[in-house]
Parts: sequence; structure tokens; C-alpha cells
Amino acid sequence: MSEPFEPKIVAFVCTYCTYAGADLAGTSRMKYAPNVRIVRLPCTGRISPMFILKALQKGADGVLVSGCHPGDCHFAQGNYHARRRWTVFRALLAFTGIPEERVKFSWVSAAEGAKFTELINGITDSIRALGPFEQYQELQKVIETQSTY
Amino acid sequence: MAKIGVFVCHCGENIASMVDTGRLASTISDHPGVAVASEYKYFCSDPGQETVKKAIRENGLTGVVVAACSPRMHEQTFRKACAEAGLNPYMLELANIREQCSWVHTDKEQATEKAIEITRSLVEKVKRNNDLKPISVPVTRRAMVIGGGVAGIQAAIDIASAGREVVLVEREPSIGGHMAQLSETFPTLDCSQCILTPRMVEAIQHPNITVMTYSEVEEVDGYIGNFTVKIRQKARYVNMETCTGCGDCIQKCPVKKIPSDFECGLGNRTAIYTPFAQAVPNVPVIDRDRCTYFKNGKCKICQKTCQINSIDFEQQDRIETIEVGAIVVATGFQIQNTAMYGEYGYGRYKDVITGLHFERLASASGPTAGKIRRPSDGKEPEKIVFIQCAGSRDAAKGVKYCSKICCMYTAKHAMLYAHKVHHGETQIFYMDIRAAGKGYDEFTRRAIEEDEAGYVRGRVSKVFEENGKLIVRGVDTLLGRPVEVVADMVVLATAMVPQPDAKDFAKRIGIGYDEYGFYNEAHLKLRPVETATAGIYLCGACQSPKDIPDSVAQASAAAAKVLGLFSKEQLEREPVIASVSDSTCAGCWGCVTACPYNAIDRRDITDRNGNVIKRVASVNPGLCQGCGTCVTFCRSNSIDLAGFTEKQIFAEVMAL
Repeated sequence: MSEPFEPKIVAFVCTYCTYAGADLAGTSRMKYAPNVRIVRLPCTGRISPMFILKALQKGADGVLVSGCHPGDCHFAQGNYHARRRWTVFRALLAFTGIPEERVKFSWVSAAEGAKFTELINGITDSIRALGPFEQYQELQKVIETQSTY
Repeated sequence: MAKIGVFVCHCGENIASMVDTGRLASTISDHPGVAVASEYKYFCSDPGQETVKKAIRENGLTGVVVAACSPRMHEQTFRKACAEAGLNPYMLELANIREQCSWVHTDKEQATEKAIEITRSLVEKVKRNNDLKPISVPVTRRAMVIGGGVAGIQAAIDIASAGREVVLVEREPSIGGHMAQLSETFPTLDCSQCILTPRMVEAIQHPNITVMTYSEVEEVDGYIGNFTVKIRQKARYVNMETCTGCGDCIQKCPVKKIPSDFECGLGNRTAIYTPFAQAVPNVPVIDRDRCTYFKNGKCKICQKTCQINSIDFEQQDRIETIEVGAIVVATGFQIQNTAMYGEYGYGRYKDVITGLHFERLASASGPTAGKIRRPSDGKEPEKIVFIQCAGSRDAAKGVKYCSKICCMYTAKHAMLYAHKVHHGETQIFYMDIRAAGKGYDEFTRRAIEEDEAGYVRGRVSKVFEENGKLIVRGVDTLLGRPVEVVADMVVLATAMVPQPDAKDFAKRIGIGYDEYGFYNEAHLKLRPVETATAGIYLCGACQSPKDIPDSVAQASAAAAKVLGLFSKEQLEREPVIASVSDSTCAGCWGCVTACPYNAIDRRDITDRNGNVIKRVASVNPGLCQGCGTCVTFCRSNSIDLAGFTEKQIFAEVMAL
């Protein structure tokens, strides 16, 4: 029997809330699945949908976007922009054939180390259940074979 | 060609016990562009930092990645080390392999794998970092304080006494605020006027303070260190320079029966008036809406009376534009309109009054000269019922929060009444007695034990009139039975709520507010007097319900923040800001609407003849806070954020 599938998850987080929440999980010595790679940004408002697509294209099986709770954004409104963008982006995901469950949106404050831990474990389990994300790699192969002219 | 140095820290055992640091260093040393990769027990220590500096100098490194703790911990430490070794401090990234790796995982193999990927992706990022310089912004070392209550006065005096100019703006004809209306103050029973008026005089006489009364802030433009404020000075119709404040005009004014706001409608004023006798400045204003001359074109008695010709009916509102570097918002509060409690009969029965009315009744300078008299018939009340939490802590009808001062002032009212009407009886309906503060619990105990304030724990359901008396029906929840009290007067401890125009004003000057309209601090615990907008500070009850000691303390804190800002001529800021590429900007202005700080303007690009050939977005570096929302919004990829550029992040993602 082959080894169980271990997904790779890329998390785009804001530095003020979720990154600090992840740090708190660390300083509190909480334990969570090692499948997540965190990319730190100033604000969720800075997170472009292109980052998410790029991560999925480069081999991530799931993506997490997390920032400050509504009303708590360090930059006043960045997370509202992120939330609006996410609503639109969700429709685009469906259009491009990426299952919506592969991208998760959440709020984790700087005080929520425990929530961060649960979130990572939860998303790791759910992505593991979905299996590897290979559509893009397959598409890439098609493009490479066709781009001879 | 990039020459990156990677420094893997053991953090004693903190990292090394869960991450194979040797493997991390050797794997990363093979990564393209990595010139040196070394490990050490504590890179944050002096010898550790020396190793980093030496490696930078000897290898001519172009970038540094320290694989260690969170950047929130030691980014500044290593930035400084880089700068000391001659490398731009922003050519550094910290790979967080402690808080977000070694401390949270239990499998060394997987943790090492993760640490390698984290470090690798930051090596790719740092290759694309740019030399950045902290931004220098000049600071106009003059402050504006908005609101001339006790908080605003304190902040203004503190800033002015430290040698900086202050403009104190107050929309009423006099400074003083709510505190000027109070009779005595808890817990010392100092006369409010006696402690406040010297401060008011100090403020107006201070050489560094310009007091602008009867003035409102119309517009705030600019950013920290460089605000431009437009202030409307409403027409007083009295010449401020020449008026001596003799009061002859007030004496002679024929319109005498205007309910005075200052007296909460318990007393009257004239059409030309000062709100109270100790007003600062002591210069009257003409109430245009009530003045006979302005209504009928005839009268001018005040002008004829004035011996120094200070009445000027031609005066117009004036707009003044002032440059300031910092703004202190001290706009205060108002008392909630208690009309929503129809069952208490406020507004229907003259003898159901608010705590602020009672202050005026108890004040020696008030309409009854300090004698407690019923508003309906002027008789001395034999029994007063106080109802606490009339609006506060009532999610259904009032506000959810505790107004903080009502327990204390109700106890004070009961005391003052006991001191003035010896045979009088009090009954106080309360939910809890919240008396936290220096000398506060002792004060309420004194009210109960020495002045025989009758506390009844419970709520009032109804107040109604019968035979000239007020019948108060409620429940005593400690005894578990209904009570009915016959009273001569009922005093409601109404909630403190934000000023009626608090939200509009916040939008006008660009600060945040909560669901009620109280202004938001940057951090409730650690930055309680700053707003999220740099350079704008808060104090007093505009932030939350507060008593006098708290308002004054917060005012001094805000003044200290302002003085800190004014301690240098230039202000240094993190260079993480957005910038626009003029050549590709299509001028869709999506970024302009997206920016939470109004930091993006439209800018004309002209040819040599001055003809506009293109309009592009332009980021004001002083206002930009570096959130990057505009970057993501930009349809033509024309904006980028220094420190978090598209290139950097894509490289980081692709290396994961």
C-alpha cells in the first residue's frame, strides 16, 4: 500500500492578525499539521486572486486566505475588499473548473492561536480527502504538447 | 548576480531539536544565488550578529535570509545589523522556522522539509528585494485640538506648556464643555466651576494657545505632520477684539424667554447671550434665529446700548485655513434622549428630569441658585427617586454598554440632596453599583451610610402622576416583591452617547468609529489614544463614556503622543508604500476608490507647453500606509507595493 497522500497547502495571511495568530500558536506550543506554507503580506487587501491561481498551478493542493476579522483590519478596510473580491473570485473558480473547496477563506485574529491550529488541521484533513490537485499539471502537459507551432 | 547569505539559527534547542539545521544549511547552500549558508546557536546574540555582518562584508552579499524566529521578533535586530555592514536594511528577510515550524510540529523529517521550503521561498523573495529608504516627512509642529471641554483644554495646555503652538477649536460660544454644567464633582465634591474655570482662563491666556470658539472644523486634508484644516468661524455679530464683556447688551435685550441649553431648559437666556456667567471668552453672541432685528429688521437695542460699538450686524462667517501637524479629537458626548422610555414619563411630566438637569438645580450658579426645586411648581421635593441605567446596559431599548459615570453621579446627587434638604428622602433603583476608581467605593458607601441614600436593587416599570405626586412602580429584586414609591421628583441616570453628528464628523476627518459612534482607538489596550489614522489622537468621552479623571489622564496621554511626534522636524516612516507606473496607468481610478486612506490622487501629466496629455493615479507617500489593496485592485498592473511587489510574491509562491 502506498503512503497516504500529504497535501501541500499555501496560506496567504496578513501580517497583523493571522500571521500573529500563527506566531501565537507557536509560542503557545500548539501542534498542527506540517502541510501549510505561510506567505506573509501586509493585508488581505494585498492578496491578488492571481497568487491563489499561481499557487495551485505550482503544485499546491489547497489554498487558505486569512486575515483580520471584519471591523478589525489594521488598514481599516482591507479585509472588506478581500471579502468582496473573494465573492467574485469564487464564481471564477467554478468557471475555471477548480473545486471551491480547495480555496478556503477565514478570519483569524492575533489572539486566536487555537483557532489557527484548528483551521490548519481542518483544512489539511479536507484537502487530504479531496486528493491531489492535478488538473493544472495535466493542462500544462497538453499545452506543452500542443505548442509546437 | 545575486549573492544571498542564509543564516540558520538553532535558537538554542528551540529550532535545532525539531529541524535538522545542518541539512537545512547544506541544502540551501546548493540553491542558485546562495553565496554562503551557515548555522549558529544564537544569531540574535552579539557574536551571531557579528557573523552576519562579517559574511556581508567578506562576500559582498546582496541579500540576507535569517532562518530563525518570527520577523515580528527580530526583523529590526537583523535590519540594523545589515545596515551596519553596509547592506540596505530592506535586503533582509526572516524565514520563520521557529513559531511557525519547529514549535508547532512533532515530526523532525517533515519539519525539516518545511523549514527548507520556507527558507528557499524567502531566498527567492529576497533576490527581488529592492533598496528602500525610510520615508522622511516634514512635520508642522503646531497642533489642533477639536473640542474645548475638560479633555480638550487639558490636552491644549499640556502641548502649549511644552512650547508648541495649539489651536483649540470649540463650536459653542464658550469653552468648558459639559464639566462647566456640573455642580459638584465626585468623589471629592469639589465645585466643578471652581476647578474648571481657572483652567479655561489658563487656556485662553496661554501665549501658545489660540482659542477659536463658535467655530467648527469643516474639512481636514493631508496626513501626519501635514494637515490642512478648514475652520468655519461662525458670525458672532459681536466684535471679539473690542468687546469688554460688560454685559450691558444682555441686560437690555428685549427677547428674554429663550430656554437656555446650558441650563437644560430650566432657565432662560436672551437673544444676545453668553451661555453662562463664567464663559471664556466672555464675549456674547447673537442668536440669529431669535434676534428681533434679524427677524423683523428692527430693534438694534444692543447696538445702541453698547458704548464701545462692538455690535456688528454685518459680520459674516469666516473660513480659516490652518496648517497643523497633529490633531487631537476631544469632541465629547451628549446625554441620551430618554424619550424612548415612555413609561418613565420623561417629557410628559415636568418633574421627571435627567441627571444633567439635577446638576443645574444643584449648582450654585444654576437657575435656582443651588436650591433643589421641582421644575413644575418650584416646591422643595420631599422625596426623590433616582433611576439608574436609564438607557445604559439595555440592549432592547437603550445601549448595550455601561455609561460608567451614572452610579457615581447618582450617589453624588443623593448626597447633595441630603446636604441641602435635611428631611428629604431618596430612593435609588439600581442594577449594580459600579464604583471602581480611586475613592469611588468609599464615596458610594458614604452616600449610603452617612447620607442615608436608600438603594433598592431592581428596575422601574412605570412612573405616573397622581394628585400632583409621581408614583414610581418597580420591583425590589432582593426581596422579590413589587414596590411602589410616591415621589416628588424622579431623576433618570441617562446613558452617555456620542455627539449627534459624531459619525459624520469622523468621516469628515477620516477616523473610525464603533457601532454607536464612539471613535475607535488604534488598539484598545496598547494604543488607546491614537486613531488608526496616523497623526490623529483621541481623548475624553468621544472615545467611550468617561469621567473627569479618565478624560484628563487620556488628554495628557494624547498630548504626550503629540509632543513625541513634534520632537523631530522630520518624521521617519517605513518605506512600505505603493507607487504607480505612469506609463501603464490607464486612469480607471479603481485604486482611488479602493484606498482606505484617500492616499491616491489624480495627477495630470503635461507636455512642455503645459497641455494635459494624460491623467494618472498618484500615491501620496505621506498618506499611504502600505496595505496594498490598490495593487490588487489595479486592472493594468500599474501599481506595486514596495517590500511586497508582485515579482517578490510570485517568486516566493513559485519556490514553495
